[in-house]
Amino acid sequence: MTRHTEELAEQLSATTLLRFATAGSVDDGKSTLVGRLLHDSKSIFTDQLEAVEQASLGRGQEAPDLALLTDGLRAEREQGITIDVAYRYFATPRRRFILADTPGHVQYTRNMVTGASTAELAVVLVDARNGVVEQTRRHAAVAALLRVPHVVLAVNKMDLVDYAEPVFAAIAEEFTAYAASLGVPEITAIPISALAGDNVVKPSSHMDWYGGPTVLEHLETVPSTHDLSDCKARFPVQYVIRPQTTEHPDYRGYAGQIASGALRVGEAVTVLPSGRTSTIAGIDVLGKSADIAWAPQSVTVRLTDDLDISRGDLIAPSADAPAPTQDVLATVCHVADSALVVGQRVLLKHTTRTVKAIVKEIPSRLTLDDLSQHPEPGQLVANDIGRVVIRTAEPLALDAYADSRRTGSFLLIDPADGTTLAAGMAGDAFAVTAEAVAEAVAVQDDEGWDF
Amino acid sequence: MTTAATVTEGTDSPYALSHLDALESEAVHIFREVAGEFERPVILFSGGKDSILMLHLALKAFAPAAVPFSLLHVDTGHNFPEVLDIRDRLVAEHGLRLHVASVQDYIDSGALRERPDGLRNPLQTLPLTEKIQAERFDAVFGGGRRDEEKARAKERVFSLRDEFSQWDPRRQRPELWQLYNGRHAPGEHVRVFPLSNWTELDVWQYIEREQIELPEIYFAHEREVFKRSGMWLTAGEWGGPKDSETVETRQVRYRTVGDMSCTGAVDSDATTLEAVITEIAASRLTERGATRADDKMSEAAMEDRKREGYF
Repeated sequence: MTRHTEELAEQLSATTLLRFATAGSVDDGKSTLVGRLLHDSKSIFTDQLEAVEQASLGRGQEAPDLALLTDGLRAEREQGITIDVAYRYFATPRRRFILADTPGHVQYTRNMVTGASTAELAVVLVDARNGVVEQTRRHAAVAALLRVPHVVLAVNKMDLVDYAEPVFAAIAEEFTAYAASLGVPEITAIPISALAGDNVVKPSSHMDWYGGPTVLEHLETVPSTHDLSDCKARFPVQYVIRPQTTEHPDYRGYAGQIASGALRVGEAVTVLPSGRTSTIAGIDVLGKSADIAWAPQSVTVRLTDDLDISRGDLIAPSADAPAPTQDVLATVCHVADSALVVGQRVLLKHTTRTVKAIVKEIPSRLTLDDLSQHPEPGQLVANDIGRVVIRTAEPLALDAYADSRRTGSFLLIDPADGTTLAAGMAGDAFAVTAEAVAEAVAVQDDEGWDF
Repeated sequence: MTTAATVTEGTDSPYALSHLDALESEAVHIFREVAGEFERPVILFSGGKDSILMLHLALKAFAPAAVPFSLLHVDTGHNFPEVLDIRDRLVAEHGLRLHVASVQDYIDSGALRERPDGLRNPLQTLPLTEKIQAERFDAVFGGGRRDEEKARAKERVFSLRDEFSQWDPRRQRPELWQLYNGRHAPGEHVRVFPLSNWTELDVWQYIEREQIELPEIYFAHEREVFKRSGMWLTAGEWGGPKDSETVETRQVRYRTVGDMSCTGAVDSDATTLEAVITEIAASRLTERGATRADDKMSEAAMEDRKREGYF
């Protein structure tokens, strides 16, 4: 085999998928980093580059503007800004990547929350000349709130600080202390120059003092799944499959995607919210029968008893079933343009279940810049993050978001026009105690913390 | 009994899914969400690889029961016969209901006028949107992938369309976790893209893994073609070649299948799935960049057509 076909064969072998998000403000060089990752991993195609060159020439620019690769909408190109989250795809022989490219503009919070909600890793960019700034703290706080398992601090523009180790070390130390205080479980700091290509895809020859991975190496090797033994099994029923044909007269299967943990044939299970119990008789993983299946597989489960189960119910091991509740205490990020107010009637979508609900209280609003809290704000507007107390019309089998990003998350929806109002996370906001957060950010506020 | 997922070696845990298993699981989840939440869903079905893949995934999602969706073909009137053949065979084999919206009917009745350049893809929007209204479809599956085009990179999995089927990129709902919001008012509908996160290579690798049958025009074969706007178009009654264009026989295959007037063939000797995959993995051109005339019309061609109600 030639070297070329060897590379191809590697690229075509079975690989895993990693979803990650980038966060950075306008001048941190996020577009350059994304462009560098795509370019150096050979994921930009000739016709795409030609289109960018053409468009750049058409506007009188001499060099191709790589931001045009990512700004896909007319309004974005006209205004030279990024409006919305875009999803990009690239691959290396070791892994496929889905990148949620989140803009750092005015609507930053909801955009980053959207991108981070499905991300297993977040890259937070910092300009080496400026160090940790307010925007950096916001990004770290969003990553912590959304419980993104891995955070990469990319200290960019190292070429503009003479590739000096002390500059990097000071920023890395400050950021790590801050992010760790919010409960971010894993932080990796990497000194880079996206423009010059240092430590993005290729190791830098300018920073001998750095012995860690490049950004891409880290993306390729970070574990993409959690240890199943840590997670309780959760199976929201999406759809009941009943063929009622001569071939399958009595078949009744519960279709869904396993939200967390693993299910096993023979396991005793409880159906929520009814509380009825049964045993798993069989599991079909899209046409193949299996003894065990795990998140995020889409499967069909059969039970030994004929129970009344429908879309919206949750099947869980009887030993680990969540307690249904109608009172939800959660942190929400408000994503709609109209406000969320106390007393508002909403719909709450949790897994496959949508129920009526009312906003009983908004105890506090969080200021991401310094993590200070504003008590009883009365309402939340676009991009606000706040604590809410919600009463639902029917019981929900809700987990804490800390235990399961899938069964601890929900949407609030406007029943009048269907607008998605807020992204909700049940339970405590940050992974550490309120006191620890307060201490770490040295808040002067006497009223203390409930975040 | 066996476990069905492919377990990957290396740094990942034994419970990591292969990328194809992860994409398959996600697409199936999306099909089932629509089945659970909508009254009248339909799969847009052209007979091309993406729509055949969608049907395959839908069949898996609801087995052993039937697919609870009908199919809708927007027929430009300039179809490849091999594609119509496989369309009709799949419909018969799986006992599906097929709706057809015909561009030719609209031209014949005077409701649409043939364009001077002969392209019919841009004419599909009106028959498509009127059919959606007439049949009161509330969810319409499309095979669009975000890797195809930069306007599509901004597309949601659940994309709300107004009563005129229009897409407004500024008014898209944020899409969080796997919680898809399908709420819509009467007259509005939701376009659903279960293949959003697949790339062209993923599609081909999955087709090979599942041994899915495709129209023969996806594989290299001898064909009479002529060159227009830098692309090899199939000669035929639809309107080519013109006087200045000459027909020649070449060994080609198609990377995408759409209307004959704007889908170009590429020179290829890939006659098997394996060869096609190797060819695509090595290609430095995107699928659309290589073979779609209608996307070359302007920098925002796809965005503009999406705004009007196209996919």
